[in-house]
Amino acid sequence: MTETQRSGGIEVEGLVREFKNGPRAVDGIDLEVGQGEIYGFLGPNGAGKSTTVLMLTTLLPPTAGSARVGGFDVVSEGPQVRSTIGAALQEAALDPLLTGREHMRLQTAMHGLGKEERAARGSELLERVGLAHAADRKVGGYSGGMKRRLDLALALAHRPRILFLDEPTTGLDIQSRTALWEEVSRLAAEDGVTVFLTTQYLEEADALANRVGIIDHGHLVAEGTPAELKAEIGRPTVEAVPRTAEDRERMAAVLERFGERAGSSPRGVAVRLDGGESQLAEVVRALDAEQIAIEHLQLHAPSLDDVFLAKTGRSLEGADEAEEDEAETAAPA
Amino acid sequence: MSGLRTQVGQLAHRSVLRTLRQPAQIVPAIVFPLFLLAVNSGGLKDATNLPGFPTDSYLTFILAVPFIQGALFSVMNSGTDLARDIETGFLNRLALTPLRGAALLSGLLAGAFVLGVVQAVVYLSVGLIAGAELAAGAGGALVLIVLSVTITVAFGTIGLFAALRFGSGEAVQGLFPVFFVFLFLSAMALPLDLLTTDWFHTIASVNPVTYLLEAIRSLLIEGWNLDDLALGFGIAFAIGTIGMLAASAALKTRLVRT
Repeated sequence: MTETQRSGGIEVEGLVREFKNGPRAVDGIDLEVGQGEIYGFLGPNGAGKSTTVLMLTTLLPPTAGSARVGGFDVVSEGPQVRSTIGAALQEAALDPLLTGREHMRLQTAMHGLGKEERAARGSELLERVGLAHAADRKVGGYSGGMKRRLDLALALAHRPRILFLDEPTTGLDIQSRTALWEEVSRLAAEDGVTVFLTTQYLEEADALANRVGIIDHGHLVAEGTPAELKAEIGRPTVEAVPRTAEDRERMAAVLERFGERAGSSPRGVAVRLDGGESQLAEVVRALDAEQIAIEHLQLHAPSLDDVFLAKTGRSLEGADEAEEDEAETAAPA
Repeated sequence: MSGLRTQVGQLAHRSVLRTLRQPAQIVPAIVFPLFLLAVNSGGLKDATNLPGFPTDSYLTFILAVPFIQGALFSVMNSGTDLARDIETGFLNRLALTPLRGAALLSGLLAGAFVLGVVQAVVYLSVGLIAGAELAAGAGGALVLIVLSVTITVAFGTIGLFAALRFGSGEAVQGLFPVFFVFLFLSAMALPLDLLTTDWFHTIASVNPVTYLLEAIRSLLIEGWNLDDLALGFGIAFAIGTIGMLAASAALKTRLVRT
């Protein structure tokens, strides 16, 4: 048993999930998450994020490969895995007819907490996620952010060592999103909870995750800290749009003197600057010397989207595919 | 064992709360059968003139029907509640706890149980106030309520099975008219002996709903007919057992957790 396994982390080797008459939703993923780490699993819709979470939370058997969560095998030791983890899956699965406090009572009881501890734990968690004032209101009247916070509280009911959050902030306003980020950061930093977080928001992965895995078409295409991944791309990108479309090719020829092309837009040209951002002035002078009028010029510091672009040839922001919803795909036939 | 008791208790508590907080589940399940009772008892009362009709009060005869109609509502209510849990992911939330399948199914039937008690008391009270007879007396009223609740819970297991098998509330609701056909193809409006059309008599005589109706009627019209009661309870238990086994098997397929 490795240190990761003993200490309440996650270890995945060659994990595969194939669906009937469908592509491999997850195609041989290897990853390792240490205790207390926040691991951001980043990718567009349909990339395989939720399918991976379903397998790691024992709700979907893998087709091949192995995974140990908290030291337990997800296939042969499902009950032990479930007692170790908490999960808030893609949709906040709540009963609109029950109150927040009733949800907590049910969840704590199902996890086997004693009668007195149930009430105390429920109140403590509702307080922690800022729902004490709404504890006795039916969940049907909660806002999206409140539902997500209750979902998080429910996932924490039995003090799990590992927490799975599947797109926890999708659809939330920035205020609710920030509040959730703060709570997740606190859980990892103060309570040592390992967090496996899927997201399609670059800023979420950047702000929260100690390490990020980028998944595309079921493959893990990059992994590292946000800083490492950006450093791998290394250089900033300059994007320029000529005032007249006829100048686009001439502009591309000039810019390519300063570095390799980094994707393109219908009207503009982007290159990764070999000499870094100090070359920006030279770029402007060169375009001026060629008498190419510039409509727009922008310097981009490397971002996780650049990493995604470099690894997949596509921008994450536009990579959502019209694929079947993963949760539907994951339902048994 | 105490863990199982706690789980059943909590899920039953939730199921009862859900039922009580959805007037749209309770009101039609009580009002619709009473409406049909009023229509049938008024419109078909001359049937008592047929030779061999077991009572001179058609209201007493037809009073058995609301108990079965009410039980059919429990198929829809218990099934759609569970289907909603599947559709919203609530079942997955429960699956991540040390949930036992038996606890889930038993707990979910608690709502059907409560609704069954309310329905039975209301139907019987309204029937007696309207002039129906209860030959078996006060003890018979109690047995009638127990039988009615047993039938309601038994039918509820079919709703659970349908929800787990199809995973959709619409599919469960689609069963409702099918079950009503079973009711209409039984000895609902006339005693089995007086159904003279051959094909109808044949179908009604193999339709278990006929014997559930006869068990209830035996208490209302005859008093204590232990054979009819045993058959009625036996069929209700058989439906409940088959429904529970089918629901348990479907739950295993639905809950694919390792």
